[in-house]
Amino acid sequence: MTDTERCPVSDLSTDYDIFDPDYVHDPVPAWSEIRESCPIAHTDRWGGSWLPTRYDDVQALAKMVPELSSANPGPIVVNIPEEFRRPEREGYNGAAPISADPPEQTWTRKALLPHFTPKAIAPQHEYTQKLCHELIDGFIDNGGCDAAVDYAQQIPPRVIAHKLGVDGSRVDEFIEWVRGVLELGLTDPATRLKYGDTIHDFFKAEVQDRRANPRDDLITALCNTEVDGQLLPDPVIVGMCNLQLVAGIDTTWSSIGSALWHFAGHDEDRRRMAEADDDLWGTAVEELLRAYSPVTMARTVMEPVEISGASLQPGDKVLMNFPGANHDPEVFEDPDTVILDRQRNRHIAFGAGIHRCAGSNLARMEMDVALRTWFKRIPEFTLSAPDEVTWAGGQVRGPRILPVTFGV
Amino acid sequence: MKIKVDRDKCEGHSRCYSLAPDLVDVDDLGNAFELTDGEVPAGLEDRANLIVDNCPEFAIEIVEG
Repeated sequence: MTDTERCPVSDLSTDYDIFDPDYVHDPVPAWSEIRESCPIAHTDRWGGSWLPTRYDDVQALAKMVPELSSANPGPIVVNIPEEFRRPEREGYNGAAPISADPPEQTWTRKALLPHFTPKAIAPQHEYTQKLCHELIDGFIDNGGCDAAVDYAQQIPPRVIAHKLGVDGSRVDEFIEWVRGVLELGLTDPATRLKYGDTIHDFFKAEVQDRRANPRDDLITALCNTEVDGQLLPDPVIVGMCNLQLVAGIDTTWSSIGSALWHFAGHDEDRRRMAEADDDLWGTAVEELLRAYSPVTMARTVMEPVEISGASLQPGDKVLMNFPGANHDPEVFEDPDTVILDRQRNRHIAFGAGIHRCAGSNLARMEMDVALRTWFKRIPEFTLSAPDEVTWAGGQVRGPRILPVTFGV
Repeated sequence: MKIKVDRDKCEGHSRCYSLAPDLVDVDDLGNAFELTDGEVPAGLEDRANLIVDNCPEFAIEIVEG
């Protein structure tokens, strides 16, 4: 990190910083300011990028294929030092379809999506509910817990491990690997590569094992998946398994954590959810996804694009600011307020267009079950140490430390 | 009242299905299609409007009613 990357931000429209502590803590004021003045900001920080803030612009950019590429969907340019570089692995994209463009994106997505429809993820519902109860059993008698570390963070890795069919007792390692790639590794290439290799090697062995010993799990199902009469090659399956970890864990735990943070600090909303019916839960989960959307993806410009006064040039990075789009007052009435029964809610927390989050229905189910189960057992809770709450930001935003006290 | 799902716009979010399984179903890719030719049974008009207003791809519209 250089001085340039940490000097104070003087003009958001030409110099925003997605790692600025104020932005990570609460990015909403920055989006409002940029939306009114720009509305697509640019920064030279972190390798340079564009930040759209209007819903219509983000929607339009999400649909610009092939003008924008998803080959490198990280939000900053990571310059990998010479000593860490090595030849690419044959046939291994890393995380297709999220990190691929058509035609590779098209066939990998077609292979993956059938495993994540609402019906396909239904068997995970019972497991998730049991898991949430067990986690709460572990801390309910303590009078409080860290709702991020002890609860939100524990759920997605176990659900993903259960779906993949890998050893659930290793979830602490999975969490470490994912943070190593996405959080700590975002600005530290050596850490990113180290954990990327660990995940790759782990799943390579798992895929080889399933070829020899098929089971009833996602890895086996992917081993048996055909596209146009051809079985998926092993490196593609390893990449899809990697995607489950890097896209399915801290994203969902961030959403669960942000929702609990909201309810801990908003008495009226919390008391309303303690009495909520299915309809209110349905709209509330979507509203929390809108108001605290965790994920910002990125694209690389391949062909010149003119949009809302910005001239995007080949090689430029564009941040897909789904969280900011979801606060656009042109589309959402009173956008910075959580309205639990919001009826019109075309939020794009899961993106839009061909790269719509493949795991969105699994994430939505996990969030719904995690919150309902929490409210059933712990209807009253408040922040026990508001100053100790910390947030992670960058590609995925959500609370990482969230101490709460149970009871009135 | 009738609804119509634009299959070219739908990207399989399945939000309509989770809000109104009586009006739409989804295929293997999560892409939605209308049940009973899109005819909205009496009493479900509000649901039909709800799925129109919650589609992130602007893929559902009311075609009659």
